[in-house]
Amino acid sequence: MDPSRKRAIRLTVALTAALLLASALVYTSFSAGRDELTASQLLKQAVPGKSYILAGTVISQQREGDALLFRVRDPKLHMSVPVRYTGIVPDPFAVGRGVLVTVHEQGANTQFVGEQDSLTTKCPSKYQAAAGSSY
Amino acid sequence: MALVGRAMLILGLGICAYGIIASLYGAAQGGPRWVDSGRRAVYALAAVMTLAFVILEAAFLRSDLTFNVVAGHSSTTTPTFYKATAAWSSQEGSLLLWVWLLSLWSSLVLFLTRRRAREIAPYATAVLLGFATFFTSLTVFFANPFATTANPPSEGAGLNPLLRHASMMFHPPMLYSGYTLLTVPFAFAIGALITGRLGAEWIQLTRRFALAAWLFLGIGILLGARWSYTELGWGGYWAWDPVENAALMPWLACTAFIHSIMIQEKRGMLKVWNASLILASGTLAVLGTFLVRSGILDSIHAFGASTLGVPFVILIAAMVLGSVGLIVWRRAELRSDSQLDSLLSREAVFLFQNLVLVAMVFVIFWITFFPLISEALTGTKVSVGPPAFRPFIVPLALVLVLLSGVGPLIAWRRVTAANLRRNFTLPVASALVTLVVLLLVGGVSERPFALIMFCLGTFVVVSVGQEFWRGVRARRATTHDAVPRAFVQLVRRNRRRYGGYIAHAGLAVLLIGVAASSSFQHSHDVILRPGQHASVDGYTIRYVRPVASATAEKISFGAVLDVSKGGRHVQTLTTTRGFYPAQDPTLGVVGRFFNGEEESQVGLRAGLTKDIWTVISPDLTPIQPLVNQGDQVFLKAMQAAASLPPAQARAQITNLFTARDAAIGALAERWVKHPWPSEFLLIISPLVTWIWLGAMIIAIGGVIALWPPRAFPRRRAARVAGTTGPPAPAEVPELAKV
Repeated sequence: MDPSRKRAIRLTVALTAALLLASALVYTSFSAGRDELTASQLLKQAVPGKSYILAGTVISQQREGDALLFRVRDPKLHMSVPVRYTGIVPDPFAVGRGVLVTVHEQGANTQFVGEQDSLTTKCPSKYQAAAGSSY
Repeated sequence: MALVGRAMLILGLGICAYGIIASLYGAAQGGPRWVDSGRRAVYALAAVMTLAFVILEAAFLRSDLTFNVVAGHSSTTTPTFYKATAAWSSQEGSLLLWVWLLSLWSSLVLFLTRRRAREIAPYATAVLLGFATFFTSLTVFFANPFATTANPPSEGAGLNPLLRHASMMFHPPMLYSGYTLLTVPFAFAIGALITGRLGAEWIQLTRRFALAAWLFLGIGILLGARWSYTELGWGGYWAWDPVENAALMPWLACTAFIHSIMIQEKRGMLKVWNASLILASGTLAVLGTFLVRSGILDSIHAFGASTLGVPFVILIAAMVLGSVGLIVWRRAELRSDSQLDSLLSREAVFLFQNLVLVAMVFVIFWITFFPLISEALTGTKVSVGPPAFRPFIVPLALVLVLLSGVGPLIAWRRVTAANLRRNFTLPVASALVTLVVLLLVGGVSERPFALIMFCLGTFVVVSVGQEFWRGVRARRATTHDAVPRAFVQLVRRNRRRYGGYIAHAGLAVLLIGVAASSSFQHSHDVILRPGQHASVDGYTIRYVRPVASATAEKISFGAVLDVSKGGRHVQTLTTTRGFYPAQDPTLGVVGRFFNGEEESQVGLRAGLTKDIWTVISPDLTPIQPLVNQGDQVFLKAMQAAASLPPAQARAQITNLFTARDAAIGALAERWVKHPWPSEFLLIISPLVTWIWLGAMIIAIGGVIALWPPRAFPRRRAARVAGTTGPPAPAEVPELAKV
């Protein structure tokens, strides 16, 4: 076969493979992705049964049996939502820490339930000096 | 000393500016003295930055709380080992570490290449000093590690408990060494593109540095994974977190580069590809540094939003635009000298392997940045999370392992049927035997990807073993050496080749561990009282008794667990969760212990076949009333003390802190004497140890490939001793010929 024709075929195959991979990636990202919302966006947009990723700062927490109850605040608008969560709680989880948790609305009283083991917490920043002094 | 440190940074900035001007002027005028002066500026920068870093380390070791960075990230009670590591736990200290390592590696490469690549070197010097200028500027104008306060606190905030782990001593310096070493081939590639000297010379000069970058970055990534597995209390070693991905992307691109440069050296092919790969690797290294510091993506590592985002975006944009511009400008000179003869050849396998690695980088980049991309396109951040990686990365990893086995076996240029039969029969047969055995074992066939990985892993290990065996046999035929000596000589005489083979075998072992541990893991989240037990994957784990400890630094609640199988004792494990006091003075004196950092100590039995991993998550609800009551009592006592004369107040507060320690001790005692149910995460994971073993094998292979050839130290020794002999010609590579 003519070498230039051979090269053209190889290039076409490679580009087709790259295009297929890119298309699959884009499709998967948009179809499998979930909206990442702040507390105020969640309160406005949440539809019961649909799950969302809630991002924000923990402002309070308490244990209730094996469930963890905490409130997540929108850093800009100072609105917060309650979350009831069961599952692995990462070590860095604490009041004042940024978290991501997959939630869905349960009932009509804006109670959000965190999906099991979906909680990720920002590590205490290595690069933020602590505010404090001695204890 | 802070003043001296700051002066060193400013002096460093001046040295960078001078070095860039001298190098570029020397290159433009053809003046070797200016070029040499520019190179010496890099040595001077290394000296200045070393002094600055020593001053910072000394401040940490002396617990000099007048340094803001020391007060914010260390304390007088922090163990010495962690005081030393605390220097790079801060934004300021880590930036200084970056520029210090950059100056050291830059000095090393420019010293070793001082008689070579006279045209490329000045531009490479200018680029390296450009990076140094950028990072030194950050420490001078945005994140000054030598900022001090006239009123230091009586005690520092201490090092974050999660960072008190042995691997944290090495993880950041390893990663930063990898990142900074990647700037070396990047700089020489820029120099080669500017001067049009696009042969194999710049590759030979910097190949060893690219390999070192790959090695350090790989070790850094694995230390991070190990830290995550034993410290973060979630039972995993990889979470596809943006910061993890930030280190993995340049490592993958560098892996592609150190393979594809062999084709340019042997066949003069893939010039544009190699230049693009190393420019991409360098840019991804800076992107990784940026991701760690900007906070633009939500990450479990949480690197709070900082002011460094804009400067980094400008640098990355300049790197991307400059790289693309230079490649386009030199596209004619970057044409390959020869063409691919056959798709069934070693160079074709290298090319496929490169495409797979680049596809992995692309997938990781896309999914990592997808929240930002989606926000830009739709106005809403969309997260896809770790499951989105698997459908792409798992098949690509399988192909990668297959190619890493095929590569060493297949011939250059064109394969023949005889070559195929001779080299592939045993590895393919071994893979098929593995397949049959695993299908008979049962349970494995339910996880087809893991099954394929086990077979391909066997194929790679056997193919590498076969290559070693043939090499040893051939050597013994000529030298009649004993097998061990023949083996050592074989590796010594071709370190690059056999080091690479060892790394391939290590990769296979590592990915077998990943496939097994992610496909056949059994985990159980359970609430137990002392005396109760749970069963996981045939193991019985019994909560024997609670344990606790209390100090002014932390309070720990834990449990002793007995692990048995079939009535036979296997191991006794202890897992604890430590609660460190918050630094917020508005919180109660007792309550702040339960509002600060938490740190899990994992109860782990690591074995060659299985890991038994346990962690406790104590329920604090039963002691909450006591904590609240304690806070009230101490608040009243503190208020009373505040109304006393200063001397009495100080004495009273000292007494109160003694009472606080007693109260904390009482809480610990309550946990032991009146234990209540606690939540445990119990995980049985097969072959996790293989991941760490595989990583060690890869590292050994990398070190062997990196090790200088025998001629190098001998020649240097001869020079030092002043012995006469044939002088090394200017073109003899000091670095490259492996």
